[in-house]
Amino acid sequence: MSNVFIAFQKNEDSRAIVNAIVADNPTAIVSDQPAMVKIDVPGRMVIRKSTIEGEIGREFDLQEMHVHLITLSGNIDETDDEFSLTWNQ
Amino acid sequence: MQIDLRTVSITPLRQTYNHIAERLGADKPASRYIEGTMDVQANANFHYRPTWDPQHELFDPRRTRIVMQDWYALKDPRQLYYGTYTQARARMQETAEADFEFVESRGLAERFDDAARRTALDFYVPLRHVAWGANMNGAYQCAYGYGTAITQPCLYAGMDQLGIAQYLTRLGLLLGNQGDLEAGKHAWLNAPAWQGLRRLVEDTWVLKDWFELFVAQNVVQDGVLFGLAYKEVDQAISEKAGPTVSMLTRFQAEWFQDASKWVDAVIKAAASESADNQALLSQWYGQWRARVQEALAPVAQLALGEQGAQALERAVAAVDARMVKAGLTLSA
Amino acid sequence: MDMKVNKKLGLKERYNLMTRDLAWTPTYQAVKDVFPYTEYEGIKIHDWDKFEDPFRMTMDSYWKYQAEKERKLYAIIDAFTQNNGHLGVTDARYINTLKLFLTGVSPLEYMAHRGFAHVGRQYPGAGPRVACLMQSLDEIRHAQTQIHSLSNYNKHYNGFQNWRHQHDRVWYLSVPKSFFDDAVSAGPFEFIVAIGFAFEYVLTNLLFVPFISGAAYNGDMGAMAFGFSAQSDESRHMTLGLEVIKFILEQDPDNLPIVQAWLDKWFWRGYRVLTLVAMMMDYMLPKRVMSWKEAWEIYAEQNGTALFNDLARYGIKVPKGWEQACKDKDHLSHQAWNVFYNYGAAAPFHTWAPSEKDMEWLSAKYPDTFDKYYRPVWEHYAKEQAEGRRFYNGTLPMLCQVCQVPMFFTEPDDPTKIAYRESEYKGMKYHCCSDCCKHIFDNEPEKYAQSWLPVHQIYQGNCFPADVDPSKPDFNPLAEVLRWYKITQGQDNMDFADSPDKKNFEAWRAQATSN
Repeated sequence: MSNVFIAFQKNEDSRAIVNAIVADNPTAIVSDQPAMVKIDVPGRMVIRKSTIEGEIGREFDLQEMHVHLITLSGNIDETDDEFSLTWNQ
Repeated sequence: MQIDLRTVSITPLRQTYNHIAERLGADKPASRYIEGTMDVQANANFHYRPTWDPQHELFDPRRTRIVMQDWYALKDPRQLYYGTYTQARARMQETAEADFEFVESRGLAERFDDAARRTALDFYVPLRHVAWGANMNGAYQCAYGYGTAITQPCLYAGMDQLGIAQYLTRLGLLLGNQGDLEAGKHAWLNAPAWQGLRRLVEDTWVLKDWFELFVAQNVVQDGVLFGLAYKEVDQAISEKAGPTVSMLTRFQAEWFQDASKWVDAVIKAAASESADNQALLSQWYGQWRARVQEALAPVAQLALGEQGAQALERAVAAVDARMVKAGLTLSA
Repeated sequence: MDMKVNKKLGLKERYNLMTRDLAWTPTYQAVKDVFPYTEYEGIKIHDWDKFEDPFRMTMDSYWKYQAEKERKLYAIIDAFTQNNGHLGVTDARYINTLKLFLTGVSPLEYMAHRGFAHVGRQYPGAGPRVACLMQSLDEIRHAQTQIHSLSNYNKHYNGFQNWRHQHDRVWYLSVPKSFFDDAVSAGPFEFIVAIGFAFEYVLTNLLFVPFISGAAYNGDMGAMAFGFSAQSDESRHMTLGLEVIKFILEQDPDNLPIVQAWLDKWFWRGYRVLTLVAMMMDYMLPKRVMSWKEAWEIYAEQNGTALFNDLARYGIKVPKGWEQACKDKDHLSHQAWNVFYNYGAAAPFHTWAPSEKDMEWLSAKYPDTFDKYYRPVWEHYAKEQAEGRRFYNGTLPMLCQVCQVPMFFTEPDDPTKIAYRESEYKGMKYHCCSDCCKHIFDNEPEKYAQSWLPVHQIYQGNCFPADVDPSKPDFNPLAEVLRWYKITQGQDNMDFADSPDKKNFEAWRAQATSN
């Protein structure tokens, strides 16, 4: 099964996003690189607004991810509450 | 690798890029607007003719009858490059967001006078489609225009119009509901009062000369419509029922002030270039002015009843005054 | 009074009202007059509403989040400038990668801006139109943030100052220029497959990760900042590209062979442009991120495989030329840098032979090929240079008619044999570097016969300043071409070892660390 991945710039806000992704995706692999953090998940990754809000301590619109996003891989699906990446194989 | 460079003063080899220095007449520091705009578009040695327009090069000054010695004379007085553009609009967006939130959280929409609400919905909601048409035209101008100085702000204006269409959609949902958006679209497509304007918009979509399109859309249509909608009609509704709708259209009112500065500067620069340009621009202005006035007459009436005709005249006169100041000649 | 309660609209529903619902089918003008370019490529679209909008962003959100990114980015650029951050890079050789970037890549960002404005106007579907126009905005962002980020380098180093003039004329810069001219001059569907999908999805990581990571590894916070910032826009672009490809394929089975042919062409054209990146990664970065070979394995072979497995359900096959690109990964960078070393007098950036330490790294990363084929070449050059005979090639390279790269590429299964392919068209002979480029030529000869090949142009006498007199006894054609290129001899070109860049960097660093 191929990995989907997402990568963020390393900063205060993205730290919370990464923590939320790890909490919601037990098979996530986090790769720490200079100025960037990349998360791979086999097959499907789900990012939840509510989990991020728990981590960050304030309201969070999922579209705010754009400010920190570097790149991603996989088919996207987004709603107000969840953002997911999937490979159909 | 950290180096302590607190007090080192280094003499640079040059202040700016060579093509910028040439334009400035000397090698001196240049603004970000200038560095990010002047000569950024290629103008030589294109490899292939576009298969979608083999009569022209990829970028070709002959796609308009307006002639400029230097297309970069059409600078934007607002000096908007991407960074300043987004930041300026983000500030306006914050205000608009606060206004919408204010109206919503205090129940101002629910408490709004029903007759004024009806007028606002009937008049403003269909304008979201006019704005969509303007977005398409901004894209056209950016795609086929010549020189970054003019093509850049044309796209910004087009995307602003998409934003305006979206604010008008939210106005419809806040003062009314999805049914009102459907009704507004139905009116746009079918109601007699709107057909002149819709025909006008669709006619602009097939204009080939992008500068004529600039006159039709940015000068005339925006000029008259925004004066009518965000000054005349806005005032009338406010006088009757308070500023609730004004809050929901504040973005448009402020945008219009900002965009007009740019539009006037472009016309002034193009008209002062040559008698031919001045004559052509004046001719286009006259033609499209007549059409817009005719198309907006029933729309003005829809919003303002008997006062509509005079309000429209005032809106047209305001654009006339701007264009005369910019150097055009009004037709008799 | 009616208290109508608005049912809370979901993201997709709300977005529809904010985009598609704004559009309508014109009745006062014919659809084909409003959208005149949608049929001539043979692509069949039956229902534009089936397009699934990736990233449903309204303009207010766009302004908000993009402004935030801009504020952060320019704060970093300003800090970097104020702090003389350029002196913090590993080595002034690194700065030459930025010259390649500004002259080669930044103008393409601008072309993308205009290209996306064009397709953003020409597609009848509201969803794709809006996504394309947002991309057009993003692309001018990239062009301008790059021009701005590199502005401070331009003040202190040579080779940035004539980027516009040189992109349109200099021999290797027609490689990226012709790539984008090809895309923008193609029809709107080919454009989106070429750029949105093949370039922005399949190949993008191979362009950006090396440059951005290269910046990070070599202490260039300015370039790194714009790189990371631009990449977040790229995610939107990638998803647009992927969504468009699926949409077109789902609309009609007749679209498959057309799309496959475009994928084959544009994978190959894009791959050829990446030649410059390969040599940059392996030879120009003082502190290297990874080898071209490694980058290819991760971003093309692994990631590409996942992608093509996903698309197999539509009938899409791995692009023609994939196999050759995989074979070439052991050779590409070495062969390319050799050419630039050769023509170092004619390029507005510096070149150099790899040091012994550099060669140790290259040996380790390319165990099958470096010591066998390439180390002897570099050792020879180094010896010549040490004895005062630094080699500069005095003739001009033959360029491929399609990709316009000098024809140094070797046969896929024989790295000692230069690959030559030929085609005839209207009584003229045209040369290509590979089966794939020849295939591209043969499919559209009337297009590629138009190419403005820099070397052909020089030989035709079109690349001299107006005041040149070839009949004069001391006429030096190459010197005159350099003048026409606005390359200042001994300043912008030649070996790094003798460059003003090197002297200045060392002097300024010394100024900063001693009294």
